[in-house]
Amino acid sequence: MLRNAFFQALREIRRNLMRSLLTAIGIVIGIASVIAMVNIGKGASKSITQSVEKLGSNTLYIMPGQQRGPGNRGAIEIPFKKKDLETLRSSLYALEAISPVENASMTIIYKDQNYRTNIRGVENDYLVAQNWNLQEGRAFDKSELRTGQNVCIVGQTVIKTLFAPSELILGKRIRLKNFSCEVIGILEAKGANTFGSDQDDILLVPFSLFQRRISGSDNIHLMIAAVKENIPLVEAKVQIERLLRERRRIDSANEDNFSVRSMTALIDTISEVTTILTIMLGAVAAISLVVGGIGIMNIMLVSVTERTREIGIRMAVGAMAKDILIQFLIESIVLSGLGGIVGVVLGVAISFGATLWLDIALVIDPAITMIALLFSMLIGIVFGIIPARKAANMNPIDALRYE
Amino acid sequence: MILLENIEKTYGAGETATTVLQGINLKIEEGEFVAIMGPSGSGKSTLLNILGTLDVPSRGKYLFLDTEVGTLSQDQRALFRRHILGFIFQGYNLLKKTTSLENVEIPLIYQGLGVKTCKMMAYEALKKVGLEDRIFYEPGQLSGGQQQRVAIARAMVAHPKVLIADEPTGNLDTKRGHEIMELIATFNKQGITVIMVTHEEDIAAYASRTIYLRDGMIEKEVNRAS
Repeated sequence: MLRNAFFQALREIRRNLMRSLLTAIGIVIGIASVIAMVNIGKGASKSITQSVEKLGSNTLYIMPGQQRGPGNRGAIEIPFKKKDLETLRSSLYALEAISPVENASMTIIYKDQNYRTNIRGVENDYLVAQNWNLQEGRAFDKSELRTGQNVCIVGQTVIKTLFAPSELILGKRIRLKNFSCEVIGILEAKGANTFGSDQDDILLVPFSLFQRRISGSDNIHLMIAAVKENIPLVEAKVQIERLLRERRRIDSANEDNFSVRSMTALIDTISEVTTILTIMLGAVAAISLVVGGIGIMNIMLVSVTERTREIGIRMAVGAMAKDILIQFLIESIVLSGLGGIVGVVLGVAISFGATLWLDIALVIDPAITMIALLFSMLIGIVFGIIPARKAANMNPIDALRYE
Repeated sequence: MILLENIEKTYGAGETATTVLQGINLKIEEGEFVAIMGPSGSGKSTLLNILGTLDVPSRGKYLFLDTEVGTLSQDQRALFRRHILGFIFQGYNLLKKTTSLENVEIPLIYQGLGVKTCKMMAYEALKKVGLEDRIFYEPGQLSGGQQQRVAIARAMVAHPKVLIADEPTGNLDTKRGHEIMELIATFNKQGITVIMVTHEEDIAAYASRTIYLRDGMIEKEVNRAS
């Protein structure tokens, strides 16, 4: 009986092919967009996570103030001083490297060229923590760091902008507003980071030089630390926190007035955001599924009315109400199910295309594919039940007489 | 085999109620060929629908082999039609864009028979009405007479006990009409009870008994000794 109803449904769909196709398109679009949205969302999340991990999963960011929510720090912010840095560096075995970091955006001048770039005051440990090597030249030496001599290390983008292709770069002097510094090293190309900004658009100067000439204060607002490979990140984090609490004389009743964050925390935040986005996009797509379902109900109601006579004939030759119900229900399930299958294929194709287009990881979530397929059939049941009941509840004589 | 006692059929309620049938007492024996005649509005179609369990009487008893058919549930009546009755209609009532074979198969499908058995039995039934070379034709490709033959094949395919025919020749010319009647008469001779509504005397002449209705009551019965 079910088998027959299934083939009968296929015949009916073929009989009104154009109408069936147009009806099913609603479901196709709905299912395809749900699958594409979820897959693309997951792929993007995976890619971001991967590249953040590449940035350094063993890196800790130490900053004054307490992060209370995304971008919302607490009111009291006592900056670190050089002594904090040195204590951390000398007392904590867990740290592979630790460097202060300070940023400024400034115009630099070389010959007749003006160029606005990122000036970053760091120590050599910054290169270690960022796993960043020099292509040419050398890092800062001890006296340069201590006294803040006028030297700098430049990134690839700065070089491409300021220097001619064959020009000798090391030893040249670059002007920064009121002082100039000698290029002693060239950084390897690093490319764009996860958020799309060019990491090579940079000029590194000794941290002490930055304080003296640019920021004009001895405050430290950010320290980057790399944790030794065999030591868990959490452990290093706890050690840093304990030491800083002690140095800042924070008793157990008070919260930290600084924060130690890791990329893993950032990854968590990012995946939280992408998950919410994925759910939102999926929900929007799901609405189109409901619209598609209403389309199916509409066409099934038309079909039931058109086939009133057929229903009468079937009842006359012995079809029970439930036989008619099953026939029309299966028809709408097959219709929406076929739409679902095409939608899954299309959705996977879109996901695949998007991964190439957006350069993100290809994720085909089998769960969402199965759920989408089942859901498309569920739509067939939910939106098919009213037309099917209408058909099943017909009176055989009236149905037979229907013109 | 069939016994109607005091059958009454009323449509509507209260002042607008119209009585279509009243005091119908009728006995039909197995193997009989009964024609029901009468002017329009005499209630002959209603009577046929009640006999065919497509409609239920408002009052009275409908016994089929001692089974009270009038009080059966809707599903039970569907089963009764499925196993006991076969229907042919004036307008053939075949499914459009459906081949003869598929049309004839429908009653068998509801009996839950296998695909192969359905096809075999449907083919046999079409052969009996002389349409074995038209099994893949759709109604639109067949003449009226051929369509009615397909309808007869569909009515007879499940080997019913009673054939209910509602003006089976109404849409056909005289020659085709008589061919159809010959066919029905042949089935009757094989033991199938036939109950037919018609308004043509020469078609009713195929029946062994003619019942004349007028204003919802049996006016007279004419037996034709054959």
